[in-house]
Amino acid sequence: MSTARGTTAKTAKAKTAKAAGTTKAVPGRFGMYGGRYVPETLMAALEELEAAYAAAKKDRPFQRELTELQQKFAGRPTPLFFAQRLTKHLGGAKIYLKREDLLHTGAHKINNCIGQALLARRMKKTRIIAETGAGQHGVATATVCALFGFECVVYMGEEDMRRQELNVFRMRLLGAEVRGVSSGSRTLKDAINEAMRDWVTNVRDTHYLLGSVLGAHPYPTMVRDFHRVIGREARAQILKAEGKLPTAILACVGGGSNAIGIFYDFLGDKKVKLIGVEAGGRSMKLGDHAARFLGGVPGVLQGTFSYVLQDAAGQVSLTHSVSAGLDYPSIGPEHAWLADIGRAVYVSASDAEALEALVLLARKEGIIAALESAHAVAELIKRAPKMKKSEVVIVNVSGRGDKDIGILRENLKLEGK
Amino acid sequence: MACILDRAFANQPALVAFLTCGDPDLPTTREIILAAIRGGADVIELGVPFSDPLADGPVIQRASERALKHNTSLRDVIEVAASIRREDAPRCREVGLVIFSYLNPLVQMGLEKFAAAAAAAGVDGVLATDMPVEESAEYRATMQRHGLAPIFLVAPTSTDERLRKIASVARGFIYAVSRTGVTGERQQLPEDAQKLVKRLRKFTKLPIAVGFGISSGEQVKAITGFADAAVVGSAIVKMIEQNPGHEAAVVEEFVRALKGKC
Repeated sequence: MSTARGTTAKTAKAKTAKAAGTTKAVPGRFGMYGGRYVPETLMAALEELEAAYAAAKKDRPFQRELTELQQKFAGRPTPLFFAQRLTKHLGGAKIYLKREDLLHTGAHKINNCIGQALLARRMKKTRIIAETGAGQHGVATATVCALFGFECVVYMGEEDMRRQELNVFRMRLLGAEVRGVSSGSRTLKDAINEAMRDWVTNVRDTHYLLGSVLGAHPYPTMVRDFHRVIGREARAQILKAEGKLPTAILACVGGGSNAIGIFYDFLGDKKVKLIGVEAGGRSMKLGDHAARFLGGVPGVLQGTFSYVLQDAAGQVSLTHSVSAGLDYPSIGPEHAWLADIGRAVYVSASDAEALEALVLLARKEGIIAALESAHAVAELIKRAPKMKKSEVVIVNVSGRGDKDIGILRENLKLEGK
Repeated sequence: MACILDRAFANQPALVAFLTCGDPDLPTTREIILAAIRGGADVIELGVPFSDPLADGPVIQRASERALKHNTSLRDVIEVAASIRREDAPRCREVGLVIFSYLNPLVQMGLEKFAAAAAAAGVDGVLATDMPVEESAEYRATMQRHGLAPIFLVAPTSTDERLRKIASVARGFIYAVSRTGVTGERQQLPEDAQKLVKRLRKFTKLPIAVGFGISSGEQVKAITGFADAAVVGSAIVKMIEQNPGHEAAVVEEFVRALKGKC
């Protein structure tokens, strides 16, 4: 069978884009990526959401309430912390950590959840559904649902429920119903399928609080906007601390919400390198990792056109990562575009490298990061020593690692230390 | 090719039968299709199995999983269509053949290559579940260049404005989704369906087929009272699942009973 493979990457991409009819510039497009590929039943709801979001964006009281909740409920702004001992240890660039792990609920996910909950209220929806991988988005969703009084159902792959047990309990404690998903690889992708099936059934009273810069328009744009505050703060903070912009910014990329959040306000600063770190898993064999830019080709999955790990017939591959939040076969369409135009680069870190990085950060700085965020730290370990001491690098510590203690105990032998 | 679809709906009311190709295997799929044709199906929807069938309920999800266990591909589905057209049995040249797929397998094959191969195999139309009309300009042009009818879904949630837009570009027939939700049987027909057909009728002269949740002769009778055709999918797929070894015979009998209610 002839597919997009077999020709050079660039012409393959162009051909596939043409095949999907994605060459025109329209809202919701990032170059040829993005778009809105969903069953007709959901189209009216997406149009409604798009209109509600466009109105809210210009609405002062909405923005004021959003800012107030971000500050007083979630704890923004988060600090930009100079990691002195880690800098010394790696012996190169000056390292700063953007501490999204200090936010309420323990990760950046709450930024988006507050925004979408306000929108759901504006649209007079009474019920909220969400998918979750690592459970951080699920916990943040359950949290805002408790805060606003929405009925809340969270879909989670059974494999993820097992490995992120603590977050399952937290969601239930907050009053959410957690529904296990047993199809496919029983991880994030399957949870999204099930959430979409719920949404297509209950679309009239239900808002789907999608947790990453994935899915059909307007989600990738809207979720990015709710996370932009990370980069906006970081830019001001680093200018204040160092009087200059960083040489590089590192962030892990599953769907890509924390990465796009910290990248976005630096996009115009061409000298700032933006580096996304994907999950390299246990090997580079298809099925053993979630490094979409290494093994993926453009395709349509769950509403958007982006890089997808798949076979030649267009069937989506299983993925593996020690980190549930990065264990997903596609990537936010804006990242696909940033990669194609060369504005951001994407690398990967293996399970082992991420675990090692997590321990190093814990011991040098007293910060137990989430396994997702540890992938960004793993890239830092490779990169910082090669940089000049005068250079500055920022790592987005997107979440804290409490949820991962179970996995860490399985994977790390710490006796005697 | 689309003229076959015109004829398929000319003897109104029509019965459209869906099945997932490759479930339980391709030779059996072929036998089931021939049986459905003998039973009186006017259009066969050839479902392409997909790894992430987010618009489908558990029955079709399981069928897709079974079909993918032995890697049933879009190519295989096209070949099934060609083999039906090669048959000498009555109505194998007249029955409407429609490929029903998620978009990604079509995109990976390449729309142009897919349309050429499907048309050469004798396929009449294509329905891509997750291809809304707004994204479809190039897709439609490619299908139509090869004589394939681009078939679209309408839903109870579609606004009149959307119905108008869809009706203006759809060809072959329009598939009206009876209710919000995924595919799968339901005991009761929602009122949504009739209202939707009535709203859509203002915008189109194309045949309107109603599907999702239809599993009994009574439901087929009710549907064909206000629409041009009834689509039966999950009920057939469930029969295939529950009758290993004699799928074709059971489906033939079922389809004949349903067609009798049209």
